[in-house]
Amino acid sequence: MHDLLIARCQMGMSLAFHIIFAAIGIALPLMMSIAEWLWLKTGDNVYEELAKRWSKGAAILFAVGAVSGTVLSFELGLLWPGFMDFAGEIIGMPFALEGFAFFTEAIFLGIYLYGWKLVPKPVHLFAGLVVAASGAASALFVIFANGWMNTPTGFDLIDGKAINIDPIKAMFNPAGLPEAVHMLLAAYAATAFVVAGIHATLLLKAKDNIFHRRALAIALALGGATAILQPLSGDLLAQLTAQLQPVKLAAMEAHFDTTKGASLNIGGITDVKAGKLNYAIEIPMMLSVLAHHDPNAEVKGLNDFERSDWPNINIVHLSFDLMVGCGVAMMLVSLWAAGYYVKTRKLLDSDIFLKSIAVVSPMGFIAIEAGWMVTECGRQPWIIQNVMRVSHSVTPMPGLGVSATLFTLLYLALALIVIFIVFRQIGHSPIIHEGEQKQ
Amino acid sequence: MSLSHADCVLLLGGVGVASLTLYAVMGGADYGGGFWDLLATGPRKDEQRKTIEKAIGPIWEANHVWLILIVVLLFSCFPRAFYTASIALHIPLTLLLFGIVLRGSAFTFRTYDSEKDEVQKRWGRIFAISSTITPVMLGTIVGAISGGHIITKGDFFSVYLSPWLRPFPIAVGFFALMLFAYLAAVYLTADTKEPLLQNDFRLRAYITQAITAALALTVYLLARDGAPDLWHDMHIMSPIYVGTFIAAVATVVFLATRRFAIARFCAAAQVAFILWGWALAQYPYIIRPSQTIFNSASHIATLELVLMALAAGGLLLFPSFFFLYHVFKIKRTTSSMPGDKLKEQQS
Repeated sequence: MHDLLIARCQMGMSLAFHIIFAAIGIALPLMMSIAEWLWLKTGDNVYEELAKRWSKGAAILFAVGAVSGTVLSFELGLLWPGFMDFAGEIIGMPFALEGFAFFTEAIFLGIYLYGWKLVPKPVHLFAGLVVAASGAASALFVIFANGWMNTPTGFDLIDGKAINIDPIKAMFNPAGLPEAVHMLLAAYAATAFVVAGIHATLLLKAKDNIFHRRALAIALALGGATAILQPLSGDLLAQLTAQLQPVKLAAMEAHFDTTKGASLNIGGITDVKAGKLNYAIEIPMMLSVLAHHDPNAEVKGLNDFERSDWPNINIVHLSFDLMVGCGVAMMLVSLWAAGYYVKTRKLLDSDIFLKSIAVVSPMGFIAIEAGWMVTECGRQPWIIQNVMRVSHSVTPMPGLGVSATLFTLLYLALALIVIFIVFRQIGHSPIIHEGEQKQ
Repeated sequence: MSLSHADCVLLLGGVGVASLTLYAVMGGADYGGGFWDLLATGPRKDEQRKTIEKAIGPIWEANHVWLILIVVLLFSCFPRAFYTASIALHIPLTLLLFGIVLRGSAFTFRTYDSEKDEVQKRWGRIFAISSTITPVMLGTIVGAISGGHIITKGDFFSVYLSPWLRPFPIAVGFFALMLFAYLAAVYLTADTKEPLLQNDFRLRAYITQAITAALALTVYLLARDGAPDLWHDMHIMSPIYVGTFIAAVATVVFLATRRFAIARFCAAAQVAFILWGWALAQYPYIIRPSQTIFNSASHIATLELVLMALAAGGLLLFPSFFFLYHVFKIKRTTSSMPGDKLKEQQS
């Protein structure tokens, strides 16, 4: 394999690994804080137990997220020194802020995990909330930087050099905030759905275990709300992409010819040489509606752009469809539970619903991975859209295959170990029936 | 008030050295703890390990963030130096990352794994070994950027191996390991109330203090050929070296008289002085022989903003850190172990 492709694989693998732990690190602290707040509010110690269990999960996953995030901060230079040399001074600012967010996250997580008996209860809850807030802030800052790679602002390019640098303008680039909101919602929805799936599966075996009932209720409330909001955020992002990264949008839809009233293509296989998409389901005018909120709007096709500026159409298009499909499934299940709750004020616990939750539960993370494939592969061949090619930023270091292989094996091993340990934890979950809890 | 570009560069260079110092005296001791876990011996082997786990459990992740801050400062304020280091030190940096990932994950797996069985013991072993390798790589990297052999163009050996695979940087690597082990041993004397355990750690502090002194001399002698420009810029009798010596002696005296809390500060001061001595000799270079804090610096707009962010972040950070250390290092005296808590919860 070519060294450039290996470098991309290593970066992609590192990001794909880290994003799971990062997302859980954002959402699980919020869930454990909600549980603790309910405990302090109601005095029901099932919530206390729940906060403690979830915090143990948060501890394990946060640590792996922290170290894999460290790897990424170094890999920016190890793999893409040309990019960092150019971009460091323009977009370093949000990374510096992220550093502080990470500090408060780590400090207050330490207090939360080890301080149950050492600090007063409200202070303990406050520590949990600080962890949750700093996790969200970290995500915000890092995604501002990613947004800049997609819609670079805050400098002028003269003879390949950046001048008139304005780091604030770079940080608040057009794609940053919409992307960050989309990812934050995704992190909450994905994590909450995995948690809901675990507790739903356990509830199937013993429906009167109120430990799992309460856990499921909190997870569904958070996951459901965010899954229902997510399409709105996606809609905003799609319009922005249509405007600022038309090639990416065209690739997401495998849309070749510029047309008015463009149809939405679902699935299919692209024949890039022939410039067409085969076997897809087409919904007339839908792409124009989604991209511009107008059924007759013109949507630019790939043929309007140089072929050398195209990303890999199949990957981007199918990843996009996978993400949307998962998101829709999660939204439907959420609406089902929400509808039942609004009517009866009760937690939906029919077997068919619990099984549906279990089936849908990994889809949030599948959507996150697929969504980042769209964002990152869709920007190819650029590392900074229309400014710097990925191939111009890669390290001259030969033999990258060695480090890529070692990191892949390491992460594979870590993934297996984390799964093993988390399952051992779940195996120890408590059995508490209604009326047995201490008030 | 408006700062010139050179003022900003100096301030940020100072922040960089301060962050490195805090990483060494706080995070370094966490690695040292892992080293002593690996070498736990004698009748109180298990108690030694428990004390180590209890001491670093709540704080290691926060301490680790200093390293992130250093990397972020480097690439946002001195991107050219980050570029150069990322290319020439690709191999030791990658090894460092392996160590960091293994240390952090293995420690967490060991703490939080539900069952205290053979599998769990294995995490302990991995934690201890990676805690030992990582500081060696860190020190080697510091040695390499001081040695003056870093280039970014040339054949594989001279670009990717020769800057760090030589006696001076590797000696600095072992020096760093011993300093961290020394710090951990001194800190651990104050992390337990058990006199016999205190003696165990005190003995380890004495031994590593002696090895550290021998290694300091070795590094100094190797610098003459291995880092000639740095050697030239070292002024052996400058006040900072005197300070190092006084702090080293004071630590031993306070350890001998069982005033462990004060010994802890003296040991931290000793390591800080060593780092500052290095930083002053290295000034104005980040990476010898080509990158200084001045010629690798970003545009002033970036430097000013990062300084403002650091000031604002510091207002948040230092009280938080104080609180963390207050809860776990000052207030906590006889509370239970995290491991005990887990057992309690499980039963």
